[in-house]
Amino acid sequence: MTTQLTRSTGTGAPGASPGRPARAALRRREGATGRRVGLRQTLANALTLAWRNVMQLKHSPEKLMDVTLMPVVFLVLFLYVFGGVVAGSTHGYLELLLPGLVGQMAMFATMGLGTALCEDIHKGVFDRFRSLPIARSAPLIGAVLGDTVRFCVVMSVLTGFGCALGFRFHTGPLDIVAAYALAYVFYLAVCWVSALIGLIAPSPETVQGISFIWTMPLVFGSSVLLANTSTMPGWLQAWVKVNPVTHLADAVRALTTGGPLGDHALITLAWAAGIVIVAFPLAMRMYLRRV
Amino acid sequence: MTTVIEAEGLTKRFGTTQALAGVDISADGGQVLALLGPNGAGKTTIVRILATLLKPDGGRARVSGYDVMSEAVQVRRLIALTGQYASVDEELTGTENLIMICRLLGLARPAARARAREMLERFDLADAAGRAVKTYSGGMRRRLDLAASLLGEPEVLFLDEPTTGLDPRARSQMWETVRGVVAAGATVLLTTQYLDEADELADQVAVIDHGLVVASGTPAELKARTGSQTLALRAADPARAGQAAAVVAEVTGERPDVAADTGLLTAAINDPAIVPAIVRRLDDAGIVAAELTLRLPSLDEVFMTLTGHYAEDNGPQRERSVA
Repeated sequence: MTTQLTRSTGTGAPGASPGRPARAALRRREGATGRRVGLRQTLANALTLAWRNVMQLKHSPEKLMDVTLMPVVFLVLFLYVFGGVVAGSTHGYLELLLPGLVGQMAMFATMGLGTALCEDIHKGVFDRFRSLPIARSAPLIGAVLGDTVRFCVVMSVLTGFGCALGFRFHTGPLDIVAAYALAYVFYLAVCWVSALIGLIAPSPETVQGISFIWTMPLVFGSSVLLANTSTMPGWLQAWVKVNPVTHLADAVRALTTGGPLGDHALITLAWAAGIVIVAFPLAMRMYLRRV
Repeated sequence: MTTVIEAEGLTKRFGTTQALAGVDISADGGQVLALLGPNGAGKTTIVRILATLLKPDGGRARVSGYDVMSEAVQVRRLIALTGQYASVDEELTGTENLIMICRLLGLARPAARARAREMLERFDLADAAGRAVKTYSGGMRRRLDLAASLLGEPEVLFLDEPTTGLDPRARSQMWETVRGVVAAGATVLLTTQYLDEADELADQVAVIDHGLVVASGTPAELKARTGSQTLALRAADPARAGQAAAVVAEVTGERPDVAADTGLLTAAINDPAIVPAIVRRLDDAGIVAAELTLRLPSLDEVFMTLTGHYAEDNGPQRERSVA
């Protein structure tokens, strides 16, 4: 076909003034990749779009209000309401509660993503992303990576405020880094569930409702608050035992305050992998269908 | 001349609505093709299929020889789209928006920054570059949107109703920019509801109605079919509307349409020179005209001529009677 020939010889296209930076870059890429967008470019695109999310937060820092206040409110409430009952003293409870809250906040921090994505998807800017020669998954991966800011804020506030109330780490720096890294990996995995809900839900308000319903049993039916499991009915005990948030909280507790790690970290990682394997392809499918 | 945009038998159904019922269009390189039609005619659906945003149910479409479905990545390297609503990020500044697109197009950070600055200046947005887009006016948003579309120097530019909602000054600025893009060699496909816009910009016009191309040709060819201009006449004394209609019919050789409620006569006119003749005859008959204007036919009138019905989003069919 003549038109095809004209194109594949390529560069003599109308309007392509030689030496122009954008067109030159495009042409280079045309040679480098064929019909599909490569992995390296996918990552580069996703990072650019993550930068977009970070810039948005920079311009409207009030969007970080929830992740800033949540850890403070929860820490104070749980510590002084349950401290005496659960551990006999608030100080003793703080040592056990804060690592648990790391797990809880890792869950809660994912909730903003679904809402933001649901709002975003209806805007024209996603049309532009989809008409650009970039990886189709890049806007979604970028949104998840950009949300790292929320994770960092929530963990900094939680840990900082906890330390101000008297919390002390009892382990080495490597263990502490491992604790937060584990929480981050789990957080990234759960982000895909949040993204999936944001893509399915008809409106941002619905996203919030659904998010609460599925995160509550995970967050509170766990070892986060160190509730006494022996008085729970059998089915709830079983749930607490398999709940990934329990394993995450126990792993973080061991890595920050000492004590046996057991296989909690491994089980948490296995859960994270399982969640990604299920939620990522589903979210991608919904995304491609939705926009 | 090579065919850059070609679509054959495109069909698309949304639920029970047949959005496209077999659309054939084509545009040669370096030309402007305008899709003219009312809301809901299927114009945007055509653009979204050609821009790889939507899969057609049937038919095929190629851009610069690449199939929009099986070779979507190649197509995306050649095109840019400016949507009906501005496809820029409201929360970011103008500069950040353009840097983001440059980076996505594969430019290194310093090059992206330089290119963004260059385009902001070219589109008269340098002063607003550091402000969030949500503070921009409608015209500024469209300019930024178009600047973002032109960053990659696309060979094919899709403009979906580029001037809808713009004031006249912003509108003519947009037209100037589109002419510049075409002069640089790009092929442009634009959708519009305005005949004058198609007339100003397009080499070829396809009139779209109910998901079909009902007429196509150069603006001159289309106007020859509808009458190049429309005479509107209203007698000061409504009782004499019938007499006025008779005068117009005598001079133009065709009976004008009469709106029953306002008594406004409209008639297609190919030769503006006959207007003075009408004025003289009205004067002779002692009929005073409260309104006498010569204008381009409205889209309604083009539609009426080409399709035999009014554009549907104008609500119930207007009452028409022939005097």
